[in-house]
Amino acid sequence: MAKRVKIKENNYYDSVTLMSIAKDIKSQEGIKEVVVVMATPHNKELLENVGLLTSEVEEATPKDMVIGIEADSEAEIAKALTATEEALVAKRSSDGDEKYRPRTLDSAINTLPEANLALISVPGNYAPKEAKKALKKGLHVMLFSDNVSVEAEVELKELAAEKGLLMMGPDCGTAIINNKPLAFANVVNEGDIGLVAASGTGAQEITVIIDSKGAGVSQVIGTGGRDLSVEVGGLEMSKGLKALAADKQTQVIVLVSKPPAPEVAKKVLTEVEQIDKPVIVNFLGGKQELFTDSKAIYSSNLEEAALKAVALSKGEEYQFQEFSLDEEKIEEIVNQELSKYSSEQQYLRALYTGGTLCDEAMLILAEELESIYSNIPLKEEWALVDNGVSQQHTALDLGEDEFTQGRPHPMIDPLTRTERLAQEAEDEEVAVLLADVVLGYGSHADPAGELAKAIKSAQQKAAARGGHLTAILSVCGTEADPQNMAEQVEKLEQAGAIVMPSNAQAARLATRIVKEINN
Amino acid sequence: MSKKVLELFQKELQVVNIGLESFAENLQEEEVEVIQLDWEPPAGGDEELASILDSLMD
Repeated sequence: MAKRVKIKENNYYDSVTLMSIAKDIKSQEGIKEVVVVMATPHNKELLENVGLLTSEVEEATPKDMVIGIEADSEAEIAKALTATEEALVAKRSSDGDEKYRPRTLDSAINTLPEANLALISVPGNYAPKEAKKALKKGLHVMLFSDNVSVEAEVELKELAAEKGLLMMGPDCGTAIINNKPLAFANVVNEGDIGLVAASGTGAQEITVIIDSKGAGVSQVIGTGGRDLSVEVGGLEMSKGLKALAADKQTQVIVLVSKPPAPEVAKKVLTEVEQIDKPVIVNFLGGKQELFTDSKAIYSSNLEEAALKAVALSKGEEYQFQEFSLDEEKIEEIVNQELSKYSSEQQYLRALYTGGTLCDEAMLILAEELESIYSNIPLKEEWALVDNGVSQQHTALDLGEDEFTQGRPHPMIDPLTRTERLAQEAEDEEVAVLLADVVLGYGSHADPAGELAKAIKSAQQKAAARGGHLTAILSVCGTEADPQNMAEQVEKLEQAGAIVMPSNAQAARLATRIVKEINN
Repeated sequence: MSKKVLELFQKELQVVNIGLESFAENLQEEEVEVIQLDWEPPAGGDEELASILDSLMD
């Protein structure tokens, strides 16, 4: 085995670009490891973990790029190194040499004088400074970066409030402004339903359901996941709510968040009292009692929030529907699956790329099942002993830090999930796989394709043991998304998966089957 | 209150993208005017120096 580490001084590329180049090179024959990163302290640790940290790398700065390769032979290394260099050059030239790339915000604004929003995704330690500069220049900000301190978040949101600007984030993954998707968002119909969302995939699921029911979206204002904490006090949700209340196009408002701090929940609900438009609130897992005597319309999950919004938008009555399919058809599916299991099979494994989708599924599962172990457990006692090993019924948010160290988020690169699925497939007690496929901008170009292969191979393993693996999925996407929704669904169905129209329905079907097995 | 936000809703979205270039590419596909900043860590990646420069700027 041979190793080589090359440093390219003063050569900055963003992490997503570098990870995607490294992934391509790593798939070449004879290559064991490829790391292409900027020399940040964190990345130096990663290099150390794979034995590619040299004294030269230790001296390098975050402006320097490190290419570390481990391969069968020196010849393979030379080939991989050339391929990496070529990919880097190709990336820059595909961006267009003719295109002017300003080095400062001032010159960017000079070039685009009507600019009204800054989308910021630089590493977290540099992000507040860039956001502050943008706000001071009068730009609204969407701050995608995470690892920003709560103090910096409050400072930025207070500055934005003073200036009357949006400060979406930090850690804001999804927004739709004027029907244009920002970062991780779907292409949805324009309409009269406006969202303020502290949860990215929560907003994605709600907007795609709205779209699928023939209604549309005016704006999605993201707040970042920490907005409704005591420290931040819902500063951005409050601003977003007021903005949507004043916006002529918006007729129905949806607020979505994980359960906020009680005093912040109270504050938000008090503000809802002042709004003349119907406001549907989904504090995922939040208590319904909070809504007693409140004008806010309670919804227990994302699907319900979306369907209530659609009903209000269309002037119709909301009716709860457990499944879009007939009860008869559901029973047929359940019985068919039950007939195929071996006697050991009894557990569910839910492998999620979307954190809020995982939460929604766990809340539905927990209504009927005794326990759901997780890396983001609903109850403390359901925390996994080791996140690397599932226990009984387990649901994982694979987008959490413990799974994304040194690798892309599973919505960008399906590898984390396909690897985990292969691991689950070795467990003869597993009967049901539950998972999400999130489409839209930001996500992988073919998430269903990669997952379908992994499902097929897991099902073959179960069959070889005389059993069967049920794969229940939902696709969070629209026909207008860049991935082609119909094709994505078809790939999953061809692999033998059951594709449900929403995450909530997928979770309900999984619950039904697992409950029946254990009856 | 919210005047600038309502103005944003009325105008064409135009974006300065600072960071992941794929976000700018996606916006271009949706026909949004976007300019990509040629961003790199400030002051040669020296965080201490960067923070001094930062405080001078304020």
